[in-house]
Amino acid sequence: MNAQMPVLIVVVPLLSAFAIAAAGWFNRRLCMPTAAAALGVATLCTLGLLLRVIQDGEVVYRLGGWAAPWGIVYRVDFLNAPVLVLVAAIALVNLVATSRIVVEEFPGKEGAFYALYVLFVTGLLGMVVTGDAFNLYVLLEIASITGYALIAMGRGRAVLASLNYVFMGTIGACFYLLGIGYLYIMTGSLNMTDIASFLPPLYSSKAVITAFIIIMVGVWLKMALFPLHGWLPNAYTYAPSSVSSLVAPLMTKVMVYVMIRIILTVFTPAFTFRALGLNQAVVWLAVAAIFMGSLMALAQRNLKRMLTYILIAEVGYMVGGAWLGNRAGLTGAVLHILNDGLMTFCLFLAAGNILYRVRGLNMEDLRGLFRKMPFTMGGFVIGALSIIGVPPTCGFFSKWYLILGGIQAGHYGFVVALLFSSLVNLILFFRIIEVGYFEPHSEHRHEGQDHAPSMEEAPVGMVVSLLIVASGLILAGLYAGDIVQRVVNLAIPESIV
Amino acid sequence: MDTAISAKPLLAVLVSLCVVPVLAYSRSPNVREGWTFVAGLLKLLIVASMVPTVLKGNRIEWTIARFLPGADLALRVDPLGMLLALVSSSLWIVTSAYSIGYMRGLKEHSQTRYYCFFALALSATVGVAFSANLLTAYLFYEMLSFATYPLVTHHQDREARISGRKYLAYIVGASIGLVLPAMLVTYQLAGTLEFRSGGILGQVNSHSLLMVLLLLFVFGFAKAAIMPLHAWLPAAMVAPTPVSALLHAVAVVKVGAFCILRVITGIFGRELLLAQHLGVILCIIASFTILTASLIALSQDELKRRLAFSTISQLSYIVLGAALLSPKAMTGGMVHIAMHAFGKITLFFCAGAIYVATGIQKIREMDGIGRRMPITMAAFFIGSLSVIGLPPTGGLFSKWYMALGTLQAHQWVFLVVLLLSSLLNAAYFLPIVYKAFFCPPQEPTFEHTSTEAPIWCLIPLVITASCSIVLFFYPGPFFKLAELAVLK
Repeated sequence: MNAQMPVLIVVVPLLSAFAIAAAGWFNRRLCMPTAAAALGVATLCTLGLLLRVIQDGEVVYRLGGWAAPWGIVYRVDFLNAPVLVLVAAIALVNLVATSRIVVEEFPGKEGAFYALYVLFVTGLLGMVVTGDAFNLYVLLEIASITGYALIAMGRGRAVLASLNYVFMGTIGACFYLLGIGYLYIMTGSLNMTDIASFLPPLYSSKAVITAFIIIMVGVWLKMALFPLHGWLPNAYTYAPSSVSSLVAPLMTKVMVYVMIRIILTVFTPAFTFRALGLNQAVVWLAVAAIFMGSLMALAQRNLKRMLTYILIAEVGYMVGGAWLGNRAGLTGAVLHILNDGLMTFCLFLAAGNILYRVRGLNMEDLRGLFRKMPFTMGGFVIGALSIIGVPPTCGFFSKWYLILGGIQAGHYGFVVALLFSSLVNLILFFRIIEVGYFEPHSEHRHEGQDHAPSMEEAPVGMVVSLLIVASGLILAGLYAGDIVQRVVNLAIPESIV
Repeated sequence: MDTAISAKPLLAVLVSLCVVPVLAYSRSPNVREGWTFVAGLLKLLIVASMVPTVLKGNRIEWTIARFLPGADLALRVDPLGMLLALVSSSLWIVTSAYSIGYMRGLKEHSQTRYYCFFALALSATVGVAFSANLLTAYLFYEMLSFATYPLVTHHQDREARISGRKYLAYIVGASIGLVLPAMLVTYQLAGTLEFRSGGILGQVNSHSLLMVLLLLFVFGFAKAAIMPLHAWLPAAMVAPTPVSALLHAVAVVKVGAFCILRVITGIFGRELLLAQHLGVILCIIASFTILTASLIALSQDELKRRLAFSTISQLSYIVLGAALLSPKAMTGGMVHIAMHAFGKITLFFCAGAIYVATGIQKIREMDGIGRRMPITMAAFFIGSLSVIGLPPTGGLFSKWYMALGTLQAHQWVFLVVLLLSSLLNAAYFLPIVYKAFFCPPQEPTFEHTSTEAPIWCLIPLVITASCSIVLFFYPGPFFKLAELAVLK
C-alpha cells in the first residue's frame, strides 16, 4: 500500500470519477461524499509521499513494473511533493467549502459536476507526479478539457469565455506536444531523466533549441504569461464560484511547476541558463507581465476580475524568479507556487462567499460588507495582506526570496517591478476594504445608532473553510524557514548558487 | 553579560493579542473594559518583571520561528527595548481608563472594535520594542500600521476615509517602498539582520551606498514623521482623542523613532557612522524637521493639530539625539522617548477632556477655559512645561542631555537648533495656558456651567501630569536604561 502511493494519487480520483458519474443517475446525494472520499485518499497519499521524500529522498514508481525508458515512471522528489500536497489539499478543501453552492447552482447536475471536478484534479495531480514528458501531455489534456467544461458551466458569458480558452489552451497544448515530438526525434525517449541524459551533446542543435522554445511558449500560454494571457480574465471571472476557486489557484501554479520541471530536469540549468542565453529576455517579459497585470488590475471595478489580473502579475513573479537562474530566485519561485496557490485560493473562496450573499462583485455591491460578513472579510483581509506581502503571512517570504534573487542577479528591473506590484496591491485591496468599511457613507455615528445592515454571513461551512485557509497563510509564513530549508532548498539542483 | 532564554517577552506580546477574542465576545461594556485592564496590568507586570534582569546588564531572548538564515522571528529584551515597552505598557492602562471616560462620554459607536484593535496595536508596539532583529521589527511595525488603521478611521465618515488613505499611503507605502529594499540590500551585504551593538554593516566601505541605505531607513520608517513624510500625522488626528494620545504621541510615533534608533545603533553602529560622517546629514534632516514643524505648529488653530505638529518636531529630537552620535546626546534622545511620552499624552488627554466637556476644538475659542476646567488646564500647563523642557518636569533632563551631547560632539549649530526650538515650543504652548487662565471667556455661559470632564477623563490626565513631575525628581530608571543601551 505504502509503495503504491504515487499511483494511487492518480488512480483513485480517476476511477472515482466514473463512480460519481454513475451515482449521478441513481442517488445524487452520493456524488459529493464519493468525491470527498477520493480526494481525501489522494490528499493522505500526497502527505505520506511528502513525508517519505523528506525522510528518504526521491521516490520512483514504475507503472506496471515496466523499466524506465519504455514504461511510464512516476517520480516524486522535493520539487513536486509539496506541489502535490498543495493541489490535493486545495481541491479537497474547495470541494467541502463549496458543496452548498454546487447543490444550489447546478441542481440535478451534481454527477456531471463532481465527475469533471475529480477528473480535473486527476489531471493536475498526474501532471505533477509524472516523470514522463508525453504522459504529462495526456494528463494536461485531461485537466484542460475538464477545465473548459467546468468553466462553461457558469452563467452568461461563461460559455464564450470557455470557448476562447479552448482555442488558446489547445494551441498551447499543441505547442507542448510538438516540442516533445522534436525531442523524441532527437533523443528517441520520452522519459524526462532519460531525455536529460541524451541532451548535453545536443545543446547547440537547432532542433533542440526549437523544441525548448516551442515547449516554453506552449506552457506560457497555459499559465497565461503576458502577452499570452488574453484568455484568463474572462474564463476565471465568468466561471462559477466553486470552479474559479479551484481552477484559478491551481492551473497556473501547476503550469509554473511544469515550466520549472522542464527547465531543471528535462533541460538542465546548464542548458537553460548558460547555453541558451535567454535569461534576461524572459525576466524582462516577466517584468512586463508584473507591470501589466498590476496596472490592468487597477482598472477593474469587479472584485473577481481584479483577482484574475493579480493572478497574471503573480505568474510574472514566478516566471521571473525561475529565470533569474540563481538559488534565491528559484527558491522564491518554488515557494511562491505554494504560497500563491494558498493566497489566491483564500481570496477566491472569500469572493465566492461574498457572491453567495450579495449576488454581485462590483465595487458598489461590496458596500457595508465588514458589518454584513465580518468573518469572510477577515479572511479576505488576511489573503490581501499576503498578496501585498506583509509578514508574517507567507506572501512576504516568497517575495523576499524573489527580490533577493533579483538583487543577486543584478536585475533591478525585476526588483522594481516586485516592489511596484506590492504597492499597487496595497492600493487595490485597500480600495475594496474602504468600500466595505466606509460605505454607505454616514455622518459621525454614536452608540446605538447603528442602523447599518445586520450580520448576514455565508453558511458556516464556507466561512470555516475560508478561515482555515486564511490561518494556513499565517502558518505557512511562520514555518517558511523550515519549508525552505527542508524542502525547497533540496528541490533546486546544487549546481545553482 | 548573560543571556537568559525565557518566553516572558513573548508573553508580554501575546497578552494583549490573546485578550482580543475575549474583548470581542464580552457580554457587557463593563466586562469588556474590565478585561482591558486585566490585560494591561498583566502586560505591565510581565514587562516590569524583566526590568531587574535588564538593569543588571543581562538580556532575555526567545526565538518564535525560523524565518531566514540570520533573521529569525526572535525577541530580545535589552535596555532600549525595555524603555519603550515600559512606557507604552504603563501608558496603555492610563489610556484605557481615559478611553472609558471619552468613548462613553461621547457615546461613540463600535466601541468593542475600538478596544480590540487598541489591544492589537499594543501587542505590536511591545513586539517592536523587543525585536531581536530588523525583520522581526519590520513584522511588528507593519502589524502596528494595519492594527491602527481601524482606530484612525474610527468615525467611518468621509474625512476618516481620506485620512485613513493618507495614513496607509505614507506609512505602509514608505515601509514597502523604502524599508523593504533597504532591508534586502542590508541582508545581501551582511547576511544577517540582527541588531548588534557594533552594527552589522562594518565591512561595507562604499560611502554612497551606506548613505542611500541610511536615508532609505530613516525616511522609510515614516512613523517617525521626518519631513517630508510627516503629513499623515496631522491627518490622523481625526481619530478619537485617546487614539491620538496613546498612538500618535506614544506608541506609533515612538515606534518609528525607535526603529531609527535601532538602525543607527544596531545595524550601522556608532563607529561606522562616525567614520563615514553620516551622522551630520541625519542631524540636518532632523533639525530641519524640528524647526519647520515648530513654526507650522505656531500657526495651527485646532488644538489637536498644533499638538500633532509639536509631536513631529519632538520626534526629530529623538532622531537628532541619536544622530549626534555622542554618548550624552544618544542618552538624551532615548530618554526623550519616555519624557515626551508623558508630557504629550497629558496634553492630548487635556485636548480630549476639553472636547468632551465643551465640544471646543479651536484654540481661539478657549479663552477663559481655565476657569471652567482648572484641573485640566493645570495639567495642560505641566504637560507644556515638560514638552518645552522646563523644570519641574522630566522634559528638562532629556533636552539637557541632548544639549550637553551637542557640546560633546562639537556641533554647536545643533545646540542653537535645540534652544531655538525650545523657544518656539514655549511660543506655541504658553499662550494657550495664558488665555485659558487670564483672558475673560467670550461666552458668559462658561461661568455658570463650570464643570470638568467626566471623572474617567480627569484622573488619567492628573496621573500623567504628576508622572511628568515625578520624573523630574526620579528620572533614574529611564536614564539607567538609556545609559546601559548606549554603553553596551
